[in-house]
Amino acid sequence: MSDHTYSPAQGQSVLWMRLLLWALLILFAIWFLLPAYVVVGTSLKDLEEIRGGSLLALPHELNFSAWKHAWNEACIGVRCTGLEPYFWNSVFMALPAVFISTLLGALTGYALTKFQFRGANMIFALILFGCFVPFQVVILPMAQTLGRLGITNTVYGLILVHSVYGLAFTTLFFRNYYVTIPDELVRAATIDGAGFFTIFRRIILPLSPPIIVVSVIWQFTQIWNDFLFGASFTTGGAQPITVAMNNLVNTTTGVKQYNVDMAAALITAAPTLFVYIVAGRYFVRGLTAGSVKG
Amino acid sequence: MSRPPIPFTDRIARALPQIVVAPSFAAILFFVYGFIAWTGYISMSKSKMLPNYDFVGIRQYWRLFQMDRWSVALENLFIFGFLFIAVAIVIGCLLAVLLDQRIRAEGFIRTIYLYPMAISFIITGTAWKWIMNPSLGLETVVRGWGWESFRFGWTNDETLAVYALVMAAVWQSAGFVMALFLSALRSVDQDIIKAASLDGASPWKIYTRIILPSMRPVFMSAVVILAHLAIKSFDLVVALTGGGPGYASTLPANFMYEMTFRRNEIGVGAASAMVMLATVAAIMVPYLYSELRGKKHV
Repeated sequence: MSDHTYSPAQGQSVLWMRLLLWALLILFAIWFLLPAYVVVGTSLKDLEEIRGGSLLALPHELNFSAWKHAWNEACIGVRCTGLEPYFWNSVFMALPAVFISTLLGALTGYALTKFQFRGANMIFALILFGCFVPFQVVILPMAQTLGRLGITNTVYGLILVHSVYGLAFTTLFFRNYYVTIPDELVRAATIDGAGFFTIFRRIILPLSPPIIVVSVIWQFTQIWNDFLFGASFTTGGAQPITVAMNNLVNTTTGVKQYNVDMAAALITAAPTLFVYIVAGRYFVRGLTAGSVKG
Repeated sequence: MSRPPIPFTDRIARALPQIVVAPSFAAILFFVYGFIAWTGYISMSKSKMLPNYDFVGIRQYWRLFQMDRWSVALENLFIFGFLFIAVAIVIGCLLAVLLDQRIRAEGFIRTIYLYPMAISFIITGTAWKWIMNPSLGLETVVRGWGWESFRFGWTNDETLAVYALVMAAVWQSAGFVMALFLSALRSVDQDIIKAASLDGASPWKIYTRIILPSMRPVFMSAVVILAHLAIKSFDLVVALTGGGPGYASTLPANFMYEMTFRRNEIGVGAASAMVMLATVAAIMVPYLYSELRGKKHV
């Protein structure tokens, strides 16, 4: 609308609208940033400064001792190891689960779209509903199954759980992406005698990097941030970092160390925030792909 | 004359797509649908501390609905769900419209609005709990500025704790709603807008008469996704209010966890999980059905 000419009165009202617009944008930005500011600020203060000063005051100096404490000294339950071992638990849980669910999702999505066999749509609908099942409904049988398999309270148990329940989402991502690849490509290759896996490797995979990135980021964020499964199937040393962090914050022995709590929260949030900042574009695409079906 | 038999390897090759889908599908059938049936069965059994497969009909459901804790959880879910969805959509929509005004630094602002979506509800809960700390939190700061009656210690107040959940959940999800609406706004046909503005329609009219009505499908998606998030909310409650004070701010997901893992009431826990599933299904099945059907016609 820049090609309009405004009368002076109109020009003034446009100016006011712009000011109002920016005021609102900044106000919301403050609201979104407030927790980040408070958490980072608190994690850099010592306890005296926290008790004596204002929540919103800047720290007097950059004091990282709370971070160090949260990383390898703080007590989680009775174990005073800091978050470090739990951080690695989460890493060793997330990486295989992301890989397995993404690979299976890609293959399933490919088979469901490029080889429309009978019942393919029904199968997709049944898998899709798996995205929306409240996990409370699978927890009890899963606990029993993990027990029978002998992998209760291990990282392997959580890898299995996250691979299975991530599969519904990854299948959705890949299926919706592969639908947009022209069938002619696959048909031409079939006529040339290429088989299922050859086509996947030579034609489909080279076209897939964007959706692979979306799937990996989505799965990593979901699995890293999971709390329910971690809290239900693990205790003690096998816990993922979200559960350990929550226990650290709620451990009530001794003086409440708010700075350590906040440093722990930051350490827990760091990997997914890092991914978001580096690859935010794909993250947003995953969010919208996961919600607007088709 | 019969056709020559298809060689075995060819038959395998032809069935490969099905063979490849089979493990995933089998996993979903077992771990989702099988487990739902399993939980359904436990919910009709005598199970208390351990699963026990003596069938008792709907007794656990009857007991469930006698529990005050469950009524509170359901009531909280309605309050929380309704407010969370409504406020997140209003704010998300507003932010999308604001950002759609050819803003400089749009990408930067969008990054700020959306980052909460990347972190765990556990972190969100921990951060807001600290901000709402009654003695060291924001309440004290604002009172220090001279607003003596300011109250922000919501997490420690029986009636306000649920609103603390709403507030933190909206904080986490508003950016997501914004992203949804923004991508929909950008896909509205520019020619129609140009034509309307040539006809002298004001920007306000263009928004309310043309753009917003065309976003009905996104609006539906947002409502469904947020409703689904609300019903599944668990970790936010754990980290922010712990379900308290008492059980004033507990939600069904927390009720289920409490019964199953802390109170040796597996049967009641399973029954509550089935009620949650039914609630989700009542929202999701019609939505998915219309989405999948709608697609085929395009």
